Amino acid sequence: MHARKTRRALIAGGAFAATIALALAGCTPAAPSGPVEISWLVISNDNEVGTSQALADAFTAANPDITINIETRPAGGDGDNIIKTRLATGEMTDVFTYNSGSLFQALAPEKNLVPLTEAETGNVVETFLPGVSVGDTVYGVPMGTAMGGGVLYNIPIYEELGLSVPKTWDDFISNSEAIKAAGKTAIIQTYKDTWTSQLFVLGDFANVLASEPSWADKYTANEVKYATDDAARAGFEHLQEAFDKGLLNADFGSATLDDGLRMVATGEGAQYPMLTFAIGNIAGTYPDNVNDVGFFALPGESAGENPLTTWLSDGVYIAATTEGAKLEAAKKFLAYIASVESCEVQTSASVATGPYFVKGCTLPDDVPQGVKDLLPYFATATSAYPALEFLSPIKGPALEQITVAVGSGITSAADGAAQYDVDVEKQAQQLGLPGW
Amino acid sequence: MTSLVENNAIAPNEPTPKGSKPRRSGSSYPFWFFLIPGIIFAVLFFAPTFASFYFSLTRWTLFTTTFIGFDNFALFFREPNLFQGLINTGIYATVTSGLKVVLGMGLAVLLTSQIVARGWLRSVVFFPVLVSTIGVGITFSVLMHPIDGLINQTLAFFGIQGPFWLTDPAWALLSVALVDVWKGVGLATVIYIAGIASIPQDYFEAARVDGAGPWSVFRSIIVPLARPATVTVIILSLIGGLRSFDLIWSMTRGGPGFVSDVIASVIYKQYQAGFYGLSTAGNVILFLLVTAIILPLSWFLNRKVAD
Repeated sequence: MHARKTRRALIAGGAFAATIALALAGCTPAAPSGPVEISWLVISNDNEVGTSQALADAFTAANPDITINIETRPAGGDGDNIIKTRLATGEMTDVFTYNSGSLFQALAPEKNLVPLTEAETGNVVETFLPGVSVGDTVYGVPMGTAMGGGVLYNIPIYEELGLSVPKTWDDFISNSEAIKAAGKTAIIQTYKDTWTSQLFVLGDFANVLASEPSWADKYTANEVKYATDDAARAGFEHLQEAFDKGLLNADFGSATLDDGLRMVATGEGAQYPMLTFAIGNIAGTYPDNVNDVGFFALPGESAGENPLTTWLSDGVYIAATTEGAKLEAAKKFLAYIASVESCEVQTSASVATGPYFVKGCTLPDDVPQGVKDLLPYFATATSAYPALEFLSPIKGPALEQITVAVGSGITSAADGAAQYDVDVEKQAQQLGLPGW
Repeated sequence: MTSLVENNAIAPNEPTPKGSKPRRSGSSYPFWFFLIPGIIFAVLFFAPTFASFYFSLTRWTLFTTTFIGFDNFALFFREPNLFQGLINTGIYATVTSGLKVVLGMGLAVLLTSQIVARGWLRSVVFFPVLVSTIGVGITFSVLMHPIDGLINQTLAFFGIQGPFWLTDPAWALLSVALVDVWKGVGLATVIYIAGIASIPQDYFEAARVDGAGPWSVFRSIIVPLARPATVTVIILSLIGGLRSFDLIWSMTRGGPGFVSDVIASVIYKQYQAGFYGLSTAGNVILFLLVTAIILPLSWFLNRKVAD
């Protein structure tokens, strides 16, 4: 009895103290008292780390009591692994940068992330929000710029051979054969970095959507498949065709992203299917050649609109384990990232490689040639479509191995597409989607 | 990791000399003395092992689990890219184990004979065992680069077009297996040297008196009497081959495509993809596979030794 009474008294006392604390918290302004340190996990790529550090420094300059410590993680599958494990074990950094779209959806945001309010996301362009939201709740702010997935090409080679930007897949192949006949590498592939092999498939999605606007919804509902849909399977077939016709660089199996960028920038190769963020890497590594690199969307079967497949930028999120003063500081930092000032810091730290997703942000006039080629696609609604991973939560994790196998002539396009359908089924079941 | 497990595995395979049977009765240690390691073993080994049996029957997102029976196992045997890993594991273990036995015994015979700089050569052969596996993997993937790599450049000097070691589907798994042999043959050699050195000199002298040549000595004395060493080498390298991961991951990541995937890299990729239940099922399969191969093999080989 005595013990229970004591405990009850303790609970009452605790509740009273908590009430006081809450009341006090309500009275005091939101500014965190004393210096606060928050940690930020970013991808270990020179460009990314440099930009992140510039943002952190600029933010600390404006808020001297908040320090931001940057940690790095690898890109690709290893990075996904680290993010998921750290979230699941409650050891995530306070703030972290990660993909938007289907990879974001796989993080179980309702459980692992802090929902944001108008205070942080007020400046964010509406088109970005679905990529970092579950239902109506927003969890992230954009970092970096929109990207296009298409072909980086070496302009001097195109001029030398009198070629023009292709509007159809057949044009692309005939250009490539002309380049090959001139004794140059027509298409660059870099399968040592396996993810780079996915561009022919993922970057072709705008052409799929142009032919069937509701394809993504049907895909999520398990009504269409890559193997049985001609438009969707085309990406796999293009990959196989490039290999079968001998258009690839000889070392495609062992080349890396950096090799590929060197080749397209210096004219060792003519065309490299890639995301436009890589223009920033070229600007950093080969500043003299950056304006030799142009960009066009992956062409489809018919000329038509010739639309571009676009990617949202990465998001910056707050882990649910962040609390108290750190949470306040983290929210303040996210609001800063989604501000015009932040865009300016990012542009001066690296190179803007596309439009920002923050209202009021503009691009300088001296952007690289590839970015100049990219911007017109965003000008009209029918010339740019989001990649599948932003319209459907399903993305099979083995796609990059399958596309390497198809692109190396190990697997046929039809088999590769069928394998990917099986891979996707696992992901859909894991996400608990209806209809799978 | 590898060396720890291997060191533990050596002990039970070493033949116990006759007559030195450990005393069972009247242990000088009290019960509680065994209880503490028993508890540690149960907590760190039994509990996770049995938990993994359960999780292999679920669809597990780390946040929630759904019981789905044997679906994960069915998937493992149904999906060609997963099943390929099982087959490759068998090929990889057999190739590395076989080559280590042959080369290890050959080197041991050479290094127990009277040759110049024997001690130095022994060190050289053993040295790769000490180097970090990831370091070896990265070094060899540079050496085996199809165009700029030292190996193919050397071959080109002699007018030979070397294969695309790590990117040619026909070569990738074999190339990694060869590097594994290069790295692991030192351990096999040392085991064989010990085995050969323990053969009494009388046999060699008797053979010499009878006029036996080096080949007969090798075939009739060294091979049969070094059998315990062969057993140890086969079992160690088979276990190592079946659960090999680090070298393959650092050299090819199972690629190109899936051609050099082994079961351990398949498990890792499923884990990376967030298919934790499927990944755990792969681990259970690996556990059963290793047990199913090693237990009878160990019994069979050791029984022959005892005869």
